[in-house]
Amino acid sequence: MAENVKPRVRVPKTASKDEVITIKTLISHPMESGQRKDKDGKTIPRSIINRFTVEFNGQLVLDSTLEPAISTNPYFEFDAKVPETGEFKFTWYDDDGSIYEDAHQVEVS
Amino acid sequence: MKLPRSSKMATSLAAATFAFIASSASAEPVKDDQLIVNGEEEIATEAPAPPHLDGAVGDTIYSGWLFRDTETRAMQKDDFDNPMFLFVDAGIEAWNTREGTAEKSCADCHNEIEDSMKGLRAELPKVTPEGELWSLENYVNDCRTNRMGAEPWGWNSQEMKNMTAAIGVQSRGMPVAVEIDGDAAPFWEKGKDMYYTRYGQLEMSCANCHEDNFGNYIRSDHLSQGQINGFPLYRLKDQGAVSTHQRFVGCVRDTRGVPFEAGSQEFRELELYVASRGLGLLVETPAVRH
Repeated sequence: MAENVKPRVRVPKTASKDEVITIKTLISHPMESGQRKDKDGKTIPRSIINRFTVEFNGQLVLDSTLEPAISTNPYFEFDAKVPETGEFKFTWYDDDGSIYEDAHQVEVS
Repeated sequence: MKLPRSSKMATSLAAATFAFIASSASAEPVKDDQLIVNGEEEIATEAPAPPHLDGAVGDTIYSGWLFRDTETRAMQKDDFDNPMFLFVDAGIEAWNTREGTAEKSCADCHNEIEDSMKGLRAELPKVTPEGELWSLENYVNDCRTNRMGAEPWGWNSQEMKNMTAAIGVQSRGMPVAVEIDGDAAPFWEKGKDMYYTRYGQLEMSCANCHEDNFGNYIRSDHLSQGQINGFPLYRLKDQGAVSTHQRFVGCVRDTRGVPFEAGSQEFRELELYVASRGLGLLVETPAVRH
């Protein structure tokens, strides 16, 4: 079970209609690949974030699969066009079944 | 910038060990970039050289930030992109965590880190009322052992660097303000002696690189003035946090010498002296470097 997992998200608070905004996300996570061995030669079990999704007002806008080769603290940066005021919801899925969530409101004027 | 100053270069080149320092002056600190953190906080990265340097580095002191690549400079411009902030967050969590036999956290005595620790990083190391020269790490461990009844942290442990980063960032943008007179003077003099003492098989002093040759390349490394206003910082090469003394150990080791211990009296004196070479610069903790 991964410890000290903490999602961080940066979304602009305001945007004009149909503006393309940059969203940055980072989650602190060891992303243990399952390939390494400990001092006694035993395999350290895989423990990674395996899926990351983004929804806007309930509609899925990004869905990604993460693989063991991705480094510690996965960082995603992407652009999104915002047609209306709404909420971005970010979800990370851990191998151990944990789900981490964060949400941010964007005001469209 | 006046580089290289011909008399100094002549001396340097006379020593065989300096044959590998390129004499090209084409790689000066960048002139066309400004450190504006999070798009709002402007941090000046150069300043008039402090009087005690007596022109040794010319008229101006430069932050190490100006000697780094565009991408590295960009990482420090945004706290979201600066990997040190993961450690800062961990340090703030530790600040609020009760530990030790006294069941106390830092916050129980010092309250909000944003208020109580503002400015501390800028004035350290300094002389205690007992006449000892202390770095930030000494203060942290003093609290841990004497007030909290907890185990001290190793000087370069991750926990310590998390905490010094969390405390240090509270002084970001404030001028370096170490005392070099009065009680501090004897320590400062020793640190200065050390700065100009050649160490190791390569017989190199701090000054050989960071005073005589900043702006030049030593193999592939772009030499800065060796300012420490951004420590502890994120070093991309190590993919982790690096403390001032850790950097000192690395530099002495690079001369093929046997380094002093991190936290030693010698390195605290050197820390005071090197910090004083940055009087006028602003605290950049936590910086990002190569």
